[in-house]
Amino acid sequence: MKRTGASENTGAARAGEGPARGTSTPADQRRADADGGFGSHARDFARRMRSGEFGPLPGVVAVAVLWIIFQSLDQQFLSPRNLSNLSVDIVGTGMIALGLVFVLLLGDVDLSVGSVSGLTAAVFAVLNVNRGMPEWAAVLAALVVGAAIGAAQGFFSARLGVPAFVVTLAGLLAWNGLMLYVLGASGTVNLPEEGFVHALTSYYFREEAVAYGLAALSVAVFFLASYRDSRRRRSVGVMYRPLSVIAVRTAAVAVVAFAAAYILNRFQGLPLALLIFLLFVVGLDFVLRRTFYGRKIVSIGGGAEAARRAGMNVVWLRISAFMVSGTLAAVGGLFLASRVAAVGQTSGSSILLINAIAAAVIGGVSLFGGRGTTWSVLLGMLVIQSIASGMVLLGIPTPMQSVITGGVLLAAVVLDSLARQSQKAHGRA
Amino acid sequence: MSAPLLAMRGICKRFGAVWALSDIELEIHAGEVVALVGDNGAGKSTLVKVITGVGPADEGVIEWNGRHVRISRPRDAQALGITSVYQDLALCETLDVVGNIFLGHELGGKAILDEVAMERRAQELDVLESLSMRLPSFRVPVASLSAGQRQTVAIARALLSEPRLLILDEPTAALGVRQTAQFLDLIERLRDRGLGVLLVSHNLGDVKAVADQVAVLHLGRNNGFFSVPTTSQEQIVSSMTGATDNAVTHRRDRWGEVLR
Repeated sequence: MKRTGASENTGAARAGEGPARGTSTPADQRRADADGGFGSHARDFARRMRSGEFGPLPGVVAVAVLWIIFQSLDQQFLSPRNLSNLSVDIVGTGMIALGLVFVLLLGDVDLSVGSVSGLTAAVFAVLNVNRGMPEWAAVLAALVVGAAIGAAQGFFSARLGVPAFVVTLAGLLAWNGLMLYVLGASGTVNLPEEGFVHALTSYYFREEAVAYGLAALSVAVFFLASYRDSRRRRSVGVMYRPLSVIAVRTAAVAVVAFAAAYILNRFQGLPLALLIFLLFVVGLDFVLRRTFYGRKIVSIGGGAEAARRAGMNVVWLRISAFMVSGTLAAVGGLFLASRVAAVGQTSGSSILLINAIAAAVIGGVSLFGGRGTTWSVLLGMLVIQSIASGMVLLGIPTPMQSVITGGVLLAAVVLDSLARQSQKAHGRA
Repeated sequence: MSAPLLAMRGICKRFGAVWALSDIELEIHAGEVVALVGDNGAGKSTLVKVITGVGPADEGVIEWNGRHVRISRPRDAQALGITSVYQDLALCETLDVVGNIFLGHELGGKAILDEVAMERRAQELDVLESLSMRLPSFRVPVASLSAGQRQTVAIARALLSEPRLLILDEPTAALGVRQTAQFLDLIERLRDRGLGVLLVSHNLGDVKAVADQVAVLHLGRNNGFFSVPTTSQEQIVSSMTGATDNAVTHRRDRWGEVLR
């Protein structure tokens, strides 16, 4: 086992100062092998499972089980064509769910995201197609409308203290009505095929090298980032991931990335929509986990009073989270409109909201606030969309699909509640 | 004897027509644990709020190291080096130990957190040593810690700013027997480091165990200031409840000694 001088010193100093102890404590084990061993990471994993920190595991298991079931029922399910379509279908709702994560982290909920996505898409379509505004300006207008709606709802909830679910429930109705008003008599606006919003979900990087190259790049970046972090941790003497663990994790990332690239290349190549979605997932994950702003959002969800006493401007932070949610709902709305090349009266339906919430919760975002990442959304969307796609392939009627999606959402929330209880019970042990 | 770290003289606080505090005297020296005891509604919390600047006094003088100071906002108290740990601890359940310790004082660049630097500083805090013995890592969420461990985290956070005076509000209320003993050890270590500690407590056992001085409040007034080693628990209890009418004369005698 290799150790740096620094970590040896702190270890030795601690052992010397601590009370003499015959039995080995978790800390002893940690000192013994955290710096170099694989075992401590396995132990850490077991501890997390026991104390209810399931993380992404339920989502991964759900995807695996669903794929096996659907594939055994219909050979078309895991075909490159179906998987490629699935990867584009998750983007619109996924974007909405990404914004929802910010609000869910606060422990609030935004029920208006579906309607907001419909309204903003309608604003874009009417301005661009009917009024002849340049496409970029119409997109900007849609995003601004989304952010402004978020700010207004956030103000009522955070500043005036109205429960968020009531404010956004009112929004759910009001923004849907406004969308119908904006769309006017015709009720449907078709998007021009040459526009870039249309291209968002219809463009594919047909060059095989693009998908493979990006897969290789992301694996390399992942490895280098992990390795640098580990080296820095080692040099200052705090717990770090040994090279063996980094290698295993990198290998896992590589398998997933290259398998995805291979499958996508067997259909039409890497979809532009998927690439944009993944960039959003990675970027927002960084914001939430590594920036001061993200830490503040998470801490409000974990304990608003603690955050307030720590000097945070809780009201403004809450409003900002609702603005993120509104803006990303607008982004999602554009992708959804792009997918069907139109905005109509059924845009922004309530099934969208249910799917977005379900995706976040299934992936591991807690409804109680303070827990969850944007990767949860990717995983949750895979589950939701796999169910939808599989049921279509099997010819299950739409009403039944709603029942099943509702059941999946309930199951995810139950798991979330149980995890929370288990964590609390563990704290008292 | 050097000037006390904190001296409060003639502190009064009214809520409408009610005198929550009248003519309160209190002294805390560096390296001394002073217990503040009293029955419910005696004014303990109000006095703590006066010291921390959450609810400033209406009248009276506060001296810090012999210098006359004004504490009218929480920030004033923080600037002097007064930190408090409230009974509810005010922790973020879902953040890990390191995240909680640095809550509101995160390390990093302009926008990006420096997790490694924070974890390293947390490891260097000797208050957390008892915690590191029992936890697999400082990266476990606070929600899964025991009451005693959470208390330690809250105190570590309070000590991060290297205060001169630490106010602990009912710190042992949620702790078990062994955890309480560990906690009292911790207080003694802090005292030996030269911190002034104000311990607000109902638990006279704890008070007898660690406090050097006991200040008793009764109905918003001083009702005795005792040196712990020379005072029996019964004496303190009778002052707290106001059971002895001669407590008034008793107090006068004691105060004569202390002030001289």
